[in-house]
Amino acid sequence: MEKGKGVMGMGRRWAVDFTDNSTTARDFPDPPGFTRASLDQDDSAVSRQKKDAEANWKAQKAWEMAQAPFKNLMMMGFMMWMAGSTVHLFSIGITFSALWQPISALQGVGKVFEPYKDSKVDLLGPKLVFIALNLGGLALGVWKLNTLGLLPTHASDWVSSLPPAQEVEYSGGGIPLH
Amino acid sequence: MAERSFFLFLLLLFLSSAVEFSASIFEDQVGLMDWHQKYIGKVNHAVFHTQKTGRKRVVVSTEENVLASLDLRHGDIFWRHVLGPSDAIEAFDIALGKYVITLSSGGSILRAWNLPDGQMIWESFLKGSRSSKSMLLVQPSVGAEKETVLLAFYGGFLHAVSSIDGEILWRKDLGSESLEIQQIVQPVGIEVVYALGFDGSSQFAAYEINARNGELMKHESVHFSGSFSRENLVVSDGVFVALDASGSILVTVHFQNGEYSLQEMRISSLLGGNFGKAKLLGAKLPHMFALRNDKLTGFLKVTDEGKLETLERINNEVSISDSLSFAEKQRAFALVQHNDNKVEFRVKLGHEWNKDLLQETVNIDPNRGHVENVFINNYIRTDRSYGFRALIVLEDHSLLLVQQGEVVWKREDGLASILDVTTAELPVEKVGVSVSKVEENLHEWLKGHILKLKGTLMLATPEDVATIQGMRLKNSEKSKITRDHNGFRKLLIVLTRSGKVFALHTGDGRIVWSLLLRSLRKSEACTSPTGIRIYPWQIPHHHALDENPSVLVVGRCLPTDSGPGVLSFIDAYAGKEFDSVAPTHSVVQIIPLPFTDALEQRLHLLIDANQRAHLYPRSPEALTIFNREMSNVYWYTVVAENGIIRGYAPKSTSVNEGSDEYCFDPTDLWSIVFPMESEKIVAWVTRKLSEVVHTQAKVIADQDVMYKYISKNLLFVATTSPKGTGEIGSATPDESSLIVYLIDTVTGRILHRMIHKGCQAPVHAVLSENWVVYHYFNLRSHRFEMSVIEIYDQSRADNKDVWKLVIGKHNLTSPVSSYSRPEVKAESQSYFFTHSAKAIAVTSTAKGITSRQLLIGTVGDQVLALDKRYLDPRRKTDPTQAEKEEGLIPLTDSLPIIPQSYVTHALKVEGLRDIITVPAKLESTTLVFSYGVDLFLTRLAPSRTYDSLTEDFSYALLLLTIVVLVGAIFATWILSEKKELREKWR
Repeated sequence: MEKGKGVMGMGRRWAVDFTDNSTTARDFPDPPGFTRASLDQDDSAVSRQKKDAEANWKAQKAWEMAQAPFKNLMMMGFMMWMAGSTVHLFSIGITFSALWQPISALQGVGKVFEPYKDSKVDLLGPKLVFIALNLGGLALGVWKLNTLGLLPTHASDWVSSLPPAQEVEYSGGGIPLH
Repeated sequence: MAERSFFLFLLLLFLSSAVEFSASIFEDQVGLMDWHQKYIGKVNHAVFHTQKTGRKRVVVSTEENVLASLDLRHGDIFWRHVLGPSDAIEAFDIALGKYVITLSSGGSILRAWNLPDGQMIWESFLKGSRSSKSMLLVQPSVGAEKETVLLAFYGGFLHAVSSIDGEILWRKDLGSESLEIQQIVQPVGIEVVYALGFDGSSQFAAYEINARNGELMKHESVHFSGSFSRENLVVSDGVFVALDASGSILVTVHFQNGEYSLQEMRISSLLGGNFGKAKLLGAKLPHMFALRNDKLTGFLKVTDEGKLETLERINNEVSISDSLSFAEKQRAFALVQHNDNKVEFRVKLGHEWNKDLLQETVNIDPNRGHVENVFINNYIRTDRSYGFRALIVLEDHSLLLVQQGEVVWKREDGLASILDVTTAELPVEKVGVSVSKVEENLHEWLKGHILKLKGTLMLATPEDVATIQGMRLKNSEKSKITRDHNGFRKLLIVLTRSGKVFALHTGDGRIVWSLLLRSLRKSEACTSPTGIRIYPWQIPHHHALDENPSVLVVGRCLPTDSGPGVLSFIDAYAGKEFDSVAPTHSVVQIIPLPFTDALEQRLHLLIDANQRAHLYPRSPEALTIFNREMSNVYWYTVVAENGIIRGYAPKSTSVNEGSDEYCFDPTDLWSIVFPMESEKIVAWVTRKLSEVVHTQAKVIADQDVMYKYISKNLLFVATTSPKGTGEIGSATPDESSLIVYLIDTVTGRILHRMIHKGCQAPVHAVLSENWVVYHYFNLRSHRFEMSVIEIYDQSRADNKDVWKLVIGKHNLTSPVSSYSRPEVKAESQSYFFTHSAKAIAVTSTAKGITSRQLLIGTVGDQVLALDKRYLDPRRKTDPTQAEKEEGLIPLTDSLPIIPQSYVTHALKVEGLRDIITVPAKLESTTLVFSYGVDLFLTRLAPSRTYDSLTEDFSYALLLLTIVVLVGAIFATWILSEKKELREKWR
């Protein structure tokens, strides 16, 4: 693969772009009603209004994001129900994905809400909901693990490889040998 | 229709998956992991084929009740019949040159076998009323007659039997209670049968009987002043020779021509000064006989005038063959003498004592002991002169054919009578050796694997298939004399009845070394020694790796319990006796203790007839160890005759001068006395000392736990009513019942007792882990049954709190004492079983994780593997889903016999006596050794070889697949690269 990259790199090194977009773009006029200058204009009122709208939008999106695991949870629940309670490849796969998804989601809580970070937006609520829902998903996974009998919750799981207890006395003998 | 066939297909699929726990192998796998050896036992009597039938074979009868026809060129068995243990062959002969006539079962059964192929032609049952000596007389065939009359004496009656169909032509009652017929003689060409014997202790009696119709022609009796011993002989058709009870007077009776004259003579006057108590040698010689005392052998000739002449006195041990007639009325016999390592073989003519017809010296391995018996046969050499060959039976029960001063072939027939078996590990492989060997054989290895690959891909030609099969059979890996990674290669060390110890290789069954034990040979101190048991003495492990492993052989000088014992210690690698204990205290029991000393020598307690315990090895270190552990050592004896089980503990010795500090007096602890009138001990069994159990818990359905009662001090005893010990059917169901006990041998506590009404012996049992399986006969349903008892420890049953188990607050690992009297619960169930059993054993693996199989020696001398799961007391008619998942089989009334689960597949282990299992290092696998007259060893994997690839796994195919895959990856990668480039150019 290393070699492949090299080949591709070589190819690009000598490629010449004959179409110069930067120069030709200026040649034709802007469409009617579009003023390039207005974009660059900086109007404080407009910008505040815009920022408010953005904050609102962000808060809304954050809440949406926080509720997203719920759908996931429902789907997981359905899939688990479909998988049954016997240990086989399918049920193990589903159970482990059900365990893994919430864990990875919880690890990336900060990243998930990064785009909605705003001084005006309170992210604590959505975050808590997000964490709670993921914990719910995790619990569901653990419960599934238990129904599959993969959790050491029974006495048999702790004693099944316990060696026999040592005996204090030793006795031998039998019938007189002939 | 289509649906039905689909259903059938599913059923077949299910069945084929259900068979998975049977130990079946494919046809081409026979001989890969198993070997089978055929033996016949110590030869008692041999008859060579007469000239007419071609002289390449010899018929022999043996101490193991085998009648066999052997090839004289190679010693192979042509045909063989193993008669039952109650059917001992008393006498046999060849009649008319085509029938082998045997008189067996104490003389009551007369059989004729076809000489070339060994098929039975007829069988005739003789009836008698008294106990008597049984004899068979077959007239040597003179011409080409079609029929001859066989004379058989049994139970006080003389029977004349037709050789054609076994019809009894006539039978004659001979005499009364006091009459003992000793010899039956019919001189050639005379129609008179002489029956000679003793009437009381001092009366010689003779009957002359018409051979045609059995009419008594004459009865004669002669009085003798002394009393006869039972040793007697008929010399050359007309002279009866007997010894008196003291063995110092020789009595001869001449009985030809209707005249009976008795002569007495002192042996000392014939053979010189103090000959001592003499014995008559049984060899039938022309006009002569031999006498022996413990020092020398004397030959005496009976002259035509009826005088006795001394021919020779020989100082060495000598064996004499019966005489053989050859050429024109010439008779010859062989003398075999042992001089150091050489055997002197002499053939003498009947009428000329001083001339040896043939004199040869043969080198015979001194490890074979002295010559016990010799049989001669003649052949015509290319130069038309007469040559002689001899079959020699040696002290170690081996059979040798000697011809022209050379040993032509030898058979190790001592292996037919194995007394006990133990195993030893082979030495560890030296690193340098193996590497160079592999490098040398790399080409071969590759070639072999390519051949195998061809086989797998169905490309192999028939020759290739044959090569592959040959390669697999001759796999040099399995016969190396070094330890292997899987622990399949071991030494089986067997003790045979002759006192010879053999080390057999488990890979191919060859003899690695053999040793005739010096201490188990006849000597002045030890008159009739027998081996009893063999034990592993030293198993070098961690801190004694430089030592060779060794075994302990325990024997006894006299066949009685009080006979002094002999001990012998043998190096298991070198096959040499490195130490022995001369006749010492008696030995009735040997108890290996679970302690070893610094040299890894296991401590043993030898119990003598007075129930005193003797500690071995006799070293201060062993004594220190034993004194430390003595308070926890117990022993017990089962006295089957009196119906008593007694428990003992050693009493600490008082340290006074003169007493043996290695000898401990017993303290009586407990005894269980069975009522003699209603219970008789018929079977007892304990757990094997070496058995390993993996876990104490048994997980049952719904994650529940049952705690097994695992104790090495468990004894299973079965008793039946005295009537129930007889043959099957000799008691009615109401008269016999079987009672089984599980006894703790430390405290004598009866843990469980159960009665099977209407059942009887024979009982065969095996005890392992926490269960016992036993086999008996049910008189009510008239079928054999197998029952299982499993014992569980109720005192641990409360250990079910997970949190306590997690933090380790439980008593499951603390040592247990029998004195704590743990509460036990027993579960039991019985099943019908089709076969009668000769032996039952159970597989044992290195860690005890693998599920177990029962190995049942069937009446057909085969070994059947039966999964223990079939004998589960928790089986029920409709198990729940969870129980099915646990592996519980629905209840059936009888145990299935799956033909594929015969461990011995098509072979038979004739005269099967016992089955031994030895764990391999590989957890899934166990070695099974079954022995009787034959030996058979195989490898078993009760739960399949889940921990290794099979031996015929095609590494070449794997390699090829990988290579192809890598190649494909590169090819597709290159292709994709090209395509991508093309896309870019577009």
